[in-house]
Amino acid sequence: MEAFKTHRGLVIPFNRANIDTDVMLPKQYLKSIRKTGYGDWLFDGLRYLDEGDINTDTSTRTINPDFVLNLPRYKGGSILVAGDNFGCGSSREHAPWAIRDFGIKVVIAPSFADIFYNNCFKNGVLPIQLSSERVSSLFDQIDTNEGYELQINLERQSILLPDGTDLPFDIDPPQREQLLEGSDVISLTLGHRDTIMRFEERHRKVAPWLFNNSIV
Amino acid sequence: MKPKTLYDKLWDMHEVTEMKDGTSLLYIDRHILHEVTSAQAFEGLRENNRKPWRVDSCVATPDHNVPTTQRQTGMEGVKDAVSRIQILALDSNCAEFGIREYKLNDIRQGIVHVIGPEQGLTLPGMTLVCGDSHTSTHGAFACLAQGIGTSDVEHVLATQCLAQKKFGNMLINVEGDLPRGVSAKDMILYIIGKIGTAGATGMATEFAGSTIRALSMEGRMTICNMAIEAGSRVGMIAYDEVTFDYIRGRAHSPKGDLERQACRSWENLHSDVGAKFDAIYEFNAADISPHVSWGTSPEMVIPIDGTVPDPSQQETLDAREDYFQALNYMGLTAGQKITDVQLDRIFVGSCTNSRIEDIRSVAEIVKGKHIAASIKQAMVVPGSGLVKQQAEDEGLDKVLLDAGFEWRDPGCSMCVAINSDKSLPGEHCASTSNRNFEGRQGHGSRTHLVSPQMAAAAALAGHFIDIREII
Ligand code: SF4
Repeated sequence: MEAFKTHRGLVIPFNRANIDTDVMLPKQYLKSIRKTGYGDWLFDGLRYLDEGDINTDTSTRTINPDFVLNLPRYKGGSILVAGDNFGCGSSREHAPWAIRDFGIKVVIAPSFADIFYNNCFKNGVLPIQLSSERVSSLFDQIDTNEGYELQINLERQSILLPDGTDLPFDIDPPQREQLLEGSDVISLTLGHRDTIMRFEERHRKVAPWLFNNSIV
Repeated sequence: MKPKTLYDKLWDMHEVTEMKDGTSLLYIDRHILHEVTSAQAFEGLRENNRKPWRVDSCVATPDHNVPTTQRQTGMEGVKDAVSRIQILALDSNCAEFGIREYKLNDIRQGIVHVIGPEQGLTLPGMTLVCGDSHTSTHGAFACLAQGIGTSDVEHVLATQCLAQKKFGNMLINVEGDLPRGVSAKDMILYIIGKIGTAGATGMATEFAGSTIRALSMEGRMTICNMAIEAGSRVGMIAYDEVTFDYIRGRAHSPKGDLERQACRSWENLHSDVGAKFDAIYEFNAADISPHVSWGTSPEMVIPIDGTVPDPSQQETLDAREDYFQALNYMGLTAGQKITDVQLDRIFVGSCTNSRIEDIRSVAEIVKGKHIAASIKQAMVVPGSGLVKQQAEDEGLDKVLLDAGFEWRDPGCSMCVAINSDKSLPGEHCASTSNRNFEGRQGHGSRTHLVSPQMAAAAALAGHFIDIREII
């Protein structure tokens, strides 16, 4: 995974609460076996006026001109600001993949659903929780200033606003570390390889029936 | 020694190490894989040149998007090109990494949460994961089972461990005899109605009490299956003779000396007297009646003799909005009797209720009768090839077909509607599955969660009826 240290980008406002994982990526796209390439289907039901599936060429579909992601002024945006309880619903990772593949590096919201929040870190996306007041003031500023950009510094845990204000944000140290290092959790766990192997040996002695399966 | 809960014991038996950030590595004994959440995990292994840590801990089967007709033709019968790709990807990944797979036309194929127990691959005292939230089902066997996302599927494949923090301990205790006509499904719908879909969030939930102990393994699986609908990733029931009787003689259960040794360790799989729980709920079986969901969340349930609730009577603004939205989506009006809702489809199946006991109870009710003319489709989808075979050996398929039901091949089917089995927009479906979210059974579909008995009775009447009046 790519390390995340600082990021500067255009901000997209999505002022709605309870955006669930089905809204982020409708279930017909669960059928893809790819690990990437979900970006064109992010918020599919809102972004397009016609229904699509994984075989439809998205360039042939009818764009919903009113949806925020389709507004020219937000084109190329990489920071999403959203309402409460962002990412509720299923544990499937296809939703954070769509966020990541679309090019969103940071999501800012007053609150996140638990599993989604954790899944973001596993996929190189930084979720930032700010108070409702701060988020609504962000919405106001984005609205009135075209080309509104933010600069995120993960090391210093701060958001630099265009007017020069520095907003601090909280984040769990291990998750911050994970993004800063771009560390692959599997490698970290494999760092404990010997401990796992010793455990496995003991476990095999205590409960041999759990190891007694032939693989047919 | 300090008294422990069942969850504490299972956790302690599998905790490899606690890392400095407070997360632990939990050793995983069994990993079940299916076609929808595994392809990207295998791709991750390949990209990083990794191998599965212990292939003998894994078992795979396609279930989510398999067609439920023409099974004997194998892949030929899979008409949907995209489903084909996904199923073939599972086949080739399993072949490449040496993982055992019950393929499409293997009699052992079926819904992941049905085949694990059926094959004796789900055993007491083990840790078990699967890339599916209803993995809580397996906890009925006094094991620690939980659903995981695709990153974790890859993590468990590569390391045999899950990195996580321990949950809290919750106890749900139910005492007394279930009234006539009330099943395990009604009990869990009732409980979720009481504690809410976030009632057990962050908890590992143990179900206990005389009512739970009196249930068959099938009933216990139905209960644990829906623990996740109360927000709990883990549901569990203590080990007893009922557990042992189910396991004994299964294809992969321990035999001979190993069985004796295993049994001695399994006897300890219960919460100790005086064990400390972070939260406890107590219920009386006598208070439970047959239940039906009216809304778009599993907590939106009412007794069969109840009426659709009035949003304006709800306490909070959020609840009022939720209820309005749900009523609107479901096309119902406040105060309407639930028995007046006309049904279009009947679905008996899913990992909640597709086992032999469920199919028997449907057959018993519809025997010699016929579904109402207004029902467009009534289908029974057995949970596995073996359940199907057993039902056919007992002649249940004949009873169901005679009554106007379709008798399908095993899979998730209309529970999640990503194969071709669907409900159409606006249609009301009585379903034995576990989720009634908007669009779950097809775009615009309206799901009512019920027990198999209630689904059978509704099929005959064309609308919900109180099962207690006809048995
Ligand atoms: S039957 Fe339904 S709930 Fe169960 S595993 Fe399949 S899709 Fe999931």
